[in-house]
Amino acid sequence: MDNLVFERTKGLTKKEFSYCPGCTHGIIHRLVAEVLEELNVLDTAVGVASVGCSVINYEYFDCDMQQAAHGRAPAVATGIKRVNPENTVFTYQGDGDLAAIGTAEIIHAAHRNENISVMFVNNAIFGMTGGQMAPTTLPGQKTTTSQNGRDPYVVGMPIRMSEVLGQIPGAYYVERVSVHNPKHIIKAKKAIKKAFQNQIDGKGFSLVEFISTCPINWRMTPNDSLKWVEDSMIPYYPLGVVKDGDKND
Amino acid sequence: MINEKIIVAGFGGQGVMLMGQLLAYAATNQDLNTLWFPSYGPETRGGTANCQVIISEEDIYSPVFSKCDTAIIMNGPSLDKFESRVAPGGKILINSSLVSREVTRTDIEVIKVPVNEIALELGNLKVANMVMLGAYLEVLKIFSIDDIIKVLKKTFGEGKSHLIDVNREALKIGSKSTK
Amino acid sequence: MAKVLMKGNEAMALAAIKGGVDAFFGYPITPQNEIPEYLSRELPKLGKVFVQAESEVAAINMVYGAGGAGARVLTSSSSPGIALKQEGITYMAGSQIPGVIINVMRGGPGLGGIQPSQADYYQVTRGGGNGDYNCIVLAPENVQEAFDLVKESFDLADYYRNPVMIAADGLIGQMMAPVDIDKETPKLDLPEKDWATTGMKNRRTKENKDVDPNIIVSLSLVDTVLEEMNLVLQKKYTHMRENQQRYELINIEDAEIVIVAYGTSSRICRSAMEILKEEGIKVGMIRPITLWPFPEKAFAEIPESVKGLLTVEMSMGQMIDDVKISNNGKLPVGFYGRCGGVIPEPEEIVNAVKDFLGGLNG
Repeated sequence: MDNLVFERTKGLTKKEFSYCPGCTHGIIHRLVAEVLEELNVLDTAVGVASVGCSVINYEYFDCDMQQAAHGRAPAVATGIKRVNPENTVFTYQGDGDLAAIGTAEIIHAAHRNENISVMFVNNAIFGMTGGQMAPTTLPGQKTTTSQNGRDPYVVGMPIRMSEVLGQIPGAYYVERVSVHNPKHIIKAKKAIKKAFQNQIDGKGFSLVEFISTCPINWRMTPNDSLKWVEDSMIPYYPLGVVKDGDKND
Repeated sequence: MINEKIIVAGFGGQGVMLMGQLLAYAATNQDLNTLWFPSYGPETRGGTANCQVIISEEDIYSPVFSKCDTAIIMNGPSLDKFESRVAPGGKILINSSLVSREVTRTDIEVIKVPVNEIALELGNLKVANMVMLGAYLEVLKIFSIDDIIKVLKKTFGEGKSHLIDVNREALKIGSKSTK
Repeated sequence: MAKVLMKGNEAMALAAIKGGVDAFFGYPITPQNEIPEYLSRELPKLGKVFVQAESEVAAINMVYGAGGAGARVLTSSSSPGIALKQEGITYMAGSQIPGVIINVMRGGPGLGGIQPSQADYYQVTRGGGNGDYNCIVLAPENVQEAFDLVKESFDLADYYRNPVMIAADGLIGQMMAPVDIDKETPKLDLPEKDWATTGMKNRRTKENKDVDPNIIVSLSLVDTVLEEMNLVLQKKYTHMRENQQRYELINIEDAEIVIVAYGTSSRICRSAMEILKEEGIKVGMIRPITLWPFPEKAFAEIPESVKGLLTVEMSMGQMIDDVKISNNGKLPVGFYGRCGGVIPEPEEIVNAVKDFLGGLNG
């Protein structure tokens, strides 16, 4: 077909996503899948699904997958990558998973410079369990466990995981992106590609943090969610490269 | 019939674990059944240390025993701890350089060796344990000095091979000290 | 081949290499540290993987990942560390990932102590993890058997696609004894690991280009599907119960009393039995080698002469539950145990047998 200009990525199965309307998990899934296809690593890829809304993404990515316990995806990925270094190994984790129960695992995967690619989706809330407060929840943000809004005097200020991980000598590449408009979606895809290319080139631990939405638990329309990303999330979670080992070469 | 239960006790750093291990290695080389069991953990970091060794022609079942045939006592606290554990008719070897009090029991044979002084005369206090082991070999009458040297060569490896001679000397003097 | 004098922990580490281990992930804890120390030195020489993880939890999840990727994987720890590992163990069982977990047991509860203990019988046979699952649990009595069982355990784990636990204790781990390191152990006919996540490329053939992803997962949000997944596991457990019960019967003919003891306790009981024999008291022993599946078949072989069963453990009585279930009310069941890291001496067990027998005759 000479006139083919667009087709569905081979990196995704035909299974319909279970995500809520306006949730940007779907966009991120597709970007990751497109990158796997474009880098020609779908056949060697092994993904690690975590616990959260993306818990069943092993049904969506068309590559070998393991499902990990809450927060443990970087440890599981370490096991896979260490015994089969020729595989392209990635984790896909939310902020409840990576920034709360899985802090030890992500910090030490970075510390060991594990040659894996981490997709970290930050929507400032525990989505799957029903909208509870996360370590990433913004000050004043109402959740089912911070019903009057997050009070930093009681529970502290939200944690910026990319900046935390950027401090670790072992981490090679850390970038924060957003997918709230086409311009940023294109930027996000470039970051994903870099994270996977780094792994293929043996450069080591690479992480992309995605600012994502949760319209249902934020109690907003999809459009308002995208606006809230721009107005509230990005000012606290600035976009851009936090660390890039290439710049130190 | 060989069936010897031994307790070796002293300060951490006196080489009591090694004394026990050398006996177990020598026993293994002679196809005897043997077992070495240490006190372990924080005790081995500078405090008192002890190990238990069994050498037998028969199958060894219980690794623990209430009474031993021989106690090798390298310091005072170890005598207090283990004097009562020697079976009647058993033997106790005492490092008389460091143990000031007398053995109170009268139903066991006491062999005193001033191993620290002997080691110092050899110019290396670290071989005090080998002086004592030499004395014990004479009592045990299962292993020769060469049997122990063979094991020691393997344990020391290339790095410490220059220490073999002084250890052999220590074993020899120790073996003569009981006469 | 002449025997080699080895520490129990080092013998188990060498046995893992002889059993074909590809990777070790662990975290330091006394009294098992010689296992990771030995493997950190030896595995890289063989081109194999050694990782000291940031935690027990991370270590078992690395085992999960590597086991799911088709490797032969080992971790080792001691009691409180095994408690932390239970999360990963139930995930392994649920996702049918093979792997070997050595528990060099020490006294508890809580931080407990570092001296030998058998107080983790419940922990290893009942699991601390969630859900209906079982691990095969092998309990060596001495250093040679620890070597043999660890070596064999990798085949058992692969055969059943299930975690296998070795229940040793601080005494077996820390003692040195002569070991025949060339001893052959039973081998199983193992299928290809066509379920492992090694990348789809590896499963593509000329005949079959269209392959589905391999997925390692214990999750189903549909109750009937999860029930089906459970029934698959139960079918394996039934096969294990029927085929893997292992035990040793010692002098049970004409015995008046049968001791039930495993691991270090059974060794000590053997010495007690010799003393009792000299005194004319006939005592036999059932020595479970598998703690799960528990060797209930052994109890069918108890002769008419036996008046009672005495369970001896280095705990305050845990295996006794399984002894009572297997005995099914037939004979009186007595107990003697020490705990906290105290190792009973043969004379204590001699007295316990006499007391028990006296009570029965009284």
